[in-house]
Amino acid sequence: MNFVGRMQTTTCYHCGLKSATEIQINEKYFCCDGCKMVYTLLEENGLCQYYDLTEMPGLTAKGHFVSEKYNYLDNEAIQEQLIQFKLGDQAHVIFYLPQIHCVSCVWLLENLHKINPGIIQSQTHFEKKEIKIIFNPSLISLKQVVQLLAFVGYEPVIHLGGNDWLKKKKVNKKQLYKIGIAGFCFSNIMMLSFPEYLSNNALELGSLRHFFIYINLLLSLPVLFYSASGFFISAYTGLRQKWLNIDAPIALAISVTFSRSVYEILSQTGAGYLDSMSGIVFFMLIGRWFQDKSYDSFAFDRDYNSFFPLGVTVLEEGIEVNKPLSSLLKGELVLLRADEMIPADAILLTEGALIDYSFVTGENAPIEVAIGQLVYAGGIQKGRSIQVEVQKPVGQSYITELWNSPVLKNEKNIEKSFVHPWSQYFTIVLLIIAFSSGVYWSLYDTSKILPAVTAVLIVACPCSLLLTVSFTYGNVLRWLGSAKFYCKNAAVIEAIDKIDTIVFDKTGTLTNHEDTHLEYHGMVLSEAEMIAVKSVTRESMHPLSKMITQLLMLEVSDLTSFQKIENFIGKGTKATCNEYEILIGSISFLKSNGIHCDDSLQGAVVCLAMNGVMKGYFAVNHAYRDGMDKMVKRLQDKGYHLHLLSGDHPTEKGHLTLLLGKNIPMFFETGPEDKLAYIQKLQNQGHKVMMVGDGLNDAGALKKSNVGIAVTDQTHLFTPASDAILEGNKIKELQHLIDYAKKAKLIIIYIFILSILYNIIGMYFATTARLSPMVAAILMPISSISIVALSALLSFSFSYKIRSRN
Amino acid sequence: MGVIVILIIASVLVAGGFLLAFLWSVKTGQMDDDYTPSVRILFEDELIIKKKEIL
Repeated sequence: MNFVGRMQTTTCYHCGLKSATEIQINEKYFCCDGCKMVYTLLEENGLCQYYDLTEMPGLTAKGHFVSEKYNYLDNEAIQEQLIQFKLGDQAHVIFYLPQIHCVSCVWLLENLHKINPGIIQSQTHFEKKEIKIIFNPSLISLKQVVQLLAFVGYEPVIHLGGNDWLKKKKVNKKQLYKIGIAGFCFSNIMMLSFPEYLSNNALELGSLRHFFIYINLLLSLPVLFYSASGFFISAYTGLRQKWLNIDAPIALAISVTFSRSVYEILSQTGAGYLDSMSGIVFFMLIGRWFQDKSYDSFAFDRDYNSFFPLGVTVLEEGIEVNKPLSSLLKGELVLLRADEMIPADAILLTEGALIDYSFVTGENAPIEVAIGQLVYAGGIQKGRSIQVEVQKPVGQSYITELWNSPVLKNEKNIEKSFVHPWSQYFTIVLLIIAFSSGVYWSLYDTSKILPAVTAVLIVACPCSLLLTVSFTYGNVLRWLGSAKFYCKNAAVIEAIDKIDTIVFDKTGTLTNHEDTHLEYHGMVLSEAEMIAVKSVTRESMHPLSKMITQLLMLEVSDLTSFQKIENFIGKGTKATCNEYEILIGSISFLKSNGIHCDDSLQGAVVCLAMNGVMKGYFAVNHAYRDGMDKMVKRLQDKGYHLHLLSGDHPTEKGHLTLLLGKNIPMFFETGPEDKLAYIQKLQNQGHKVMMVGDGLNDAGALKKSNVGIAVTDQTHLFTPASDAILEGNKIKELQHLIDYAKKAKLIIIYIFILSILYNIIGMYFATTARLSPMVAAILMPISSISIVALSALLSFSFSYKIRSRN
Repeated sequence: MGVIVILIIASVLVAGGFLLAFLWSVKTGQMDDDYTPSVRILFEDELIIKKKEIL
């Protein structure tokens, strides 16, 4: 923890970023004043243990101090949506804090009451990345709570999503109740059945035998009527839709087992198979729970609401009013501050708009917009505050309409799992065996018809199939998750298996947003020229201009003064600096000033002319992620058809062709609906399409595709609705991940062969009418446990490729 | 032999007690978070005392 001695650059004591040595307290260095302020606050409140638990635990504090940003939280309607419970001087609120990542986070967040006494208690949920705060509204307002969280680096994600998670929790609890009760009944029934197994004849136990059996019968009732109820309901709904799902034979087996056991007990002919029945219900419930345990902190079903802020600042006769987004009306004036999102399509009223549409269109560079022009919902204002007049209600904006498109209405992956047809064949074969053994015994010994037929139905229940499937998918989901590929559910794994076409987005998917930089092409600039250009670009707030300044900063450090400067919004800058007359801007801008330009230049380039001569241009060079070429090659070798859709200009087509090869169809300047239409076209040709994208502009395509994978560089950032979330640096592993997902089916087939072996053994006992409760009681746990173990072993051993690259 | 009946009833009741404890723990949300408590327990004692005061 001691950085003293490393003089030149050191890491920030708070967040671990590389930092200059200027900002420091007591030889603790910080990367920025923000981090230092957080440190000071923590130190004042005696919370420095934060830094002892984990090294450099903090989050870079840059830009979290926009105090006006949360003004909308003063609106009571919004407060009501957020606050769960309010009584007197206690209010409960839950926030999603995606930045939670270490022990220190938990510690600091649970000690917030030391910083502000208005906070009564705070409790974090690490895996869900949530914090529950109980605060005293008379001492601290909701806005102040959020500001405090943002200040210490944990800016809550607040959106219109509502409290859906509450519902999810309840379902989960019900499942746990069922497992608990089934486990209790199963273990007791098993224990009470031992005397029956171990005694040679029934007389030995005397009247105790009836006592044991009746207790067992009593204990099996909750299993049948509560724990197993899910199987009966699912089988019933399946049958009503005239469809035999996997739960149907299971429900049949459970009811046959139970009725035969009841018959045996009441007729005093035997002890029944209640232990096997409750055991198998218990194992199957655990299997389902294992498979369904999903990633709590991810949301896969976000619609556009999640991307927009909860509230906006509206100007009513010059006074700022905070309003919930939902009540925003056409014709209202909205004030947008830096880094705020345009909530609805609107007309720009003031100067200084610099809109970043990268989220909506995939285009990299922010666009300058002139007064009176339309700005679209989803764009982010990068410059100073602007005012816009709303033209359309939120739900009818260009970007949100895409969500309401009828093409996206139908549910995805409703195709039945391959397990269900299997279970149908299984059921048919089962019924044939039961029937033929019945026929056989009717010829030889009619008293054995019923025992044989029911025994067949008891033994050959497709429970093993269900167990195999649920445990294997559960394991595969977990291994994929550990390789940073988070699938929504098991159906996604099956859908991946069928994919034959993969469509990539460019910006943010193949490239990395954060590594975008400019490159200069053209005549070599002298040092004096560079200084002059830099001095001019320094004056403009345009991000491209800033990037040019940064680029030149690496070359020359001096600055010079300029004589004259003229800015043309959306076009470029004209300036006179020392002996140079500088023109810098778009091609059309230079052309209109009489400069001869090469026509081959287009797209996101900034041209530079000095003293009437074209010098060269600055092009945005997207930093492609490592290993993209290899990944593409591997996928092509495996026979996948690859396509590329980009919302950006075709400036890099040549580069991309070089990188990815010629035989990939590439389309540029595609809007969100073009991407959607393209996916649909491929699907109509009979392809199963996987879409890999990142932004809101891919949202339609992600939803329409058979498997939509959202790529993100920080898992806490918003990702559009998708089937799976993949971390950016893992795209290069895509082929291995797909391969592994495909292995799931193979594993299931292997284990299913094993379970058929068990079934044959069981069948032998059943058809010969010799299935004693003890044989059933031995066979059932052995088969279940070996299936679970084999599933874990196989999914582990197949995962070596995705593990070794972790 | 009669004592076995009593013993078995007692054992089922004891097991039932554990079942009730499990159901109660699920109901009160003790199973909601299976990670954070393991972190929390390692924090300095002083923190826990303060929390109790507040509660």
